[in-house]
Amino acid sequence: MSNTDFALAVEELSVSFDGFKAIDALTLYVDRNELRVIIGPNGAGKTTLLDLICGRTKAGGGSIKFKNTELTRMAEFRRVRMGIGRKFQTPSIYENLSVFQNLEVSFPKGRSVLGSLFFKCDDEVKARVQAVAEDIFLSDRLDLEAGLLSHGQKQWLEIGMLLMQEPELLLLDEPIAGMSARERELTADLLERICKNRSVIVIEHDMEFVKRIAHKVTVMHQGKILAEGPMDKVQADPKVIDVYLGH
Amino acid sequence: MKSLQDLIKRYQLASVLVLTLLLAVVLPLSLDIFRLNLVGKYLTYAFVAVGLVMVWGYGGILSLGQGVFFGLGGYAMAMFLKLEASDPVTTKIQSTPGIPDFMDWNQITALPAFWVPFRHLSFALFAVVALPTLLAWIVSFAMFKRRVGGVYFAIITQAVALIVTVLIIGQQGYTGGVNGMTDLKTMLGWDTRTDHAKYVLYYLGVVLLVGSILLCRWIQTSKAGTLLLAMRDKEDRVRFSGYDVSNFRIFTFCLAAALSGIGGALFSLQVGFMSPSFVGIVPSVEMVIFAAVGGRMSLVGAVYGTLLVNAGKTFFSESFPDLWLFLMAALFIGVTMAFPMGLAGLWESQVVPRWTKWRAAKPAPAAGTAKVPRMEGASGSFPVKDVPRPPAGVSGQQA
Repeated sequence: MSNTDFALAVEELSVSFDGFKAIDALTLYVDRNELRVIIGPNGAGKTTLLDLICGRTKAGGGSIKFKNTELTRMAEFRRVRMGIGRKFQTPSIYENLSVFQNLEVSFPKGRSVLGSLFFKCDDEVKARVQAVAEDIFLSDRLDLEAGLLSHGQKQWLEIGMLLMQEPELLLLDEPIAGMSARERELTADLLERICKNRSVIVIEHDMEFVKRIAHKVTVMHQGKILAEGPMDKVQADPKVIDVYLGH
Repeated sequence: MKSLQDLIKRYQLASVLVLTLLLAVVLPLSLDIFRLNLVGKYLTYAFVAVGLVMVWGYGGILSLGQGVFFGLGGYAMAMFLKLEASDPVTTKIQSTPGIPDFMDWNQITALPAFWVPFRHLSFALFAVVALPTLLAWIVSFAMFKRRVGGVYFAIITQAVALIVTVLIIGQQGYTGGVNGMTDLKTMLGWDTRTDHAKYVLYYLGVVLLVGSILLCRWIQTSKAGTLLLAMRDKEDRVRFSGYDVSNFRIFTFCLAAALSGIGGALFSLQVGFMSPSFVGIVPSVEMVIFAAVGGRMSLVGAVYGTLLVNAGKTFFSESFPDLWLFLMAALFIGVTMAFPMGLAGLWESQVVPRWTKWRAAKPAPAAGTAKVPRMEGASGSFPVKDVPRPPAGVSGQQA
């Protein structure tokens, strides 16, 4: 496959589950500093695409290149160490740990068994936790058990856990699900801030929100890309209206 | 500087200290040497239970084959002791003097090659830890790298327990078969059967057990401990935070195996024999019950659980030998249904709240015994350097 300047280059990617083609020869390029939103009806393969990029699902064929390195055969934790961060659809945080500990555990040091045994929460870690906590509006909640956070705050916390690792590619699956209008506003600001110096892929259903944050929108349908471009252009596309927006 | 109080709180040293006092002072003073030796035997199982707290309670991996590692450690020690007990003078009536008696009975005429290094105590001691760890590494590497977990892993460990038992029983000439290795008498000429030796071995067991608990406690409080809990509940989140989940599981499983091996070696020393009846499925499951009764999240609880269940076993199997197994099963089912966190869980949920309530209801204690006030500010649950904290003892002097 070709060498590219893109942060992420997905080419001819396919995967099928029991004969059902969830992703069908899909090609997608994401630039550095770009915030891409993927939309599409249920079952279009949006989450599966993120699963393939981060390694949760093994690709059936095709190529995924991140910074020109082939990912398809790489172990999940190595992809993370290369700089890919994944937020899951339902917020996946450590409910029994405090917000501080959730962020601390995500700090990219002491990742081996020995390293973790001798890991010390030094000033560098604390400063980083503090900085990220401010980014995600939780700096006054550091001592709170994460399970007690509101649903929206849990979403922020998970994003914060990814930010601790300073990833170069963020994969966010429905980051504003279950958020109040005010929280959505804050999240939009947050996403605008964090897409500097990295690429972000967001799956989202809320069209107002998509319009607000997206640099470029990709519409998926039945494992393929239906349309791609700026939001207004995509919204005007008759194919898109037919399968998705029209319903 | 961390104060002593913080250290005690962080590593839960108070409960370890109480246990140490019980084992090292109270029991030796109140029991005769026969009973104390029994307790010493139970404590060797406690090594397995402590390992299970790490691997099952913290790691979330249920192993039903810990007896294998207990047995491997025990056999490694027993092989050394057996060789020492089989010197050419004592065994001169055998057709091949100088080899263990069971080999002679099985028409083996020379010491098998894999037995030779066990002539040296240093190698035997190394093998006590290394053999269980190696087998645990092979099993867990094969399983965890393939993401086999949960029930499947439990079944595999049971199969391993069965296979190893069959192997030991089948290779009678090399292992002593179903009888195991008996008549272990001396270690480097030191008679291990005297009362004095029993005391020494008992205390050796206590020291090693407390040391193991402290080691495990240290691991629990490190980032590795947090990660173990995290990957037990949210495996994918840990994996997608850049950790190789399988490596942590392999490490914990090997740690539990090594501890079990030490327990097994102490068993051989104290009881004077080792046999397949401590390796198979039944003893392995029993060891899980010890940990479950004590509380699978509590290292200290696991020791109490082991002592209680074994004391009960000794008592009941003397009085109602037919009923014991049923009782044991009922105990296991009852514990998991009624109080899944075991005795330690009951202590935390029933005794501690009442105690705090009772303390709170009492008028404020005299200043001399007042606890040093702890700052529970913005950062209470984790140590932060810049929080001012009066050094221990200062408030006492002022009073």
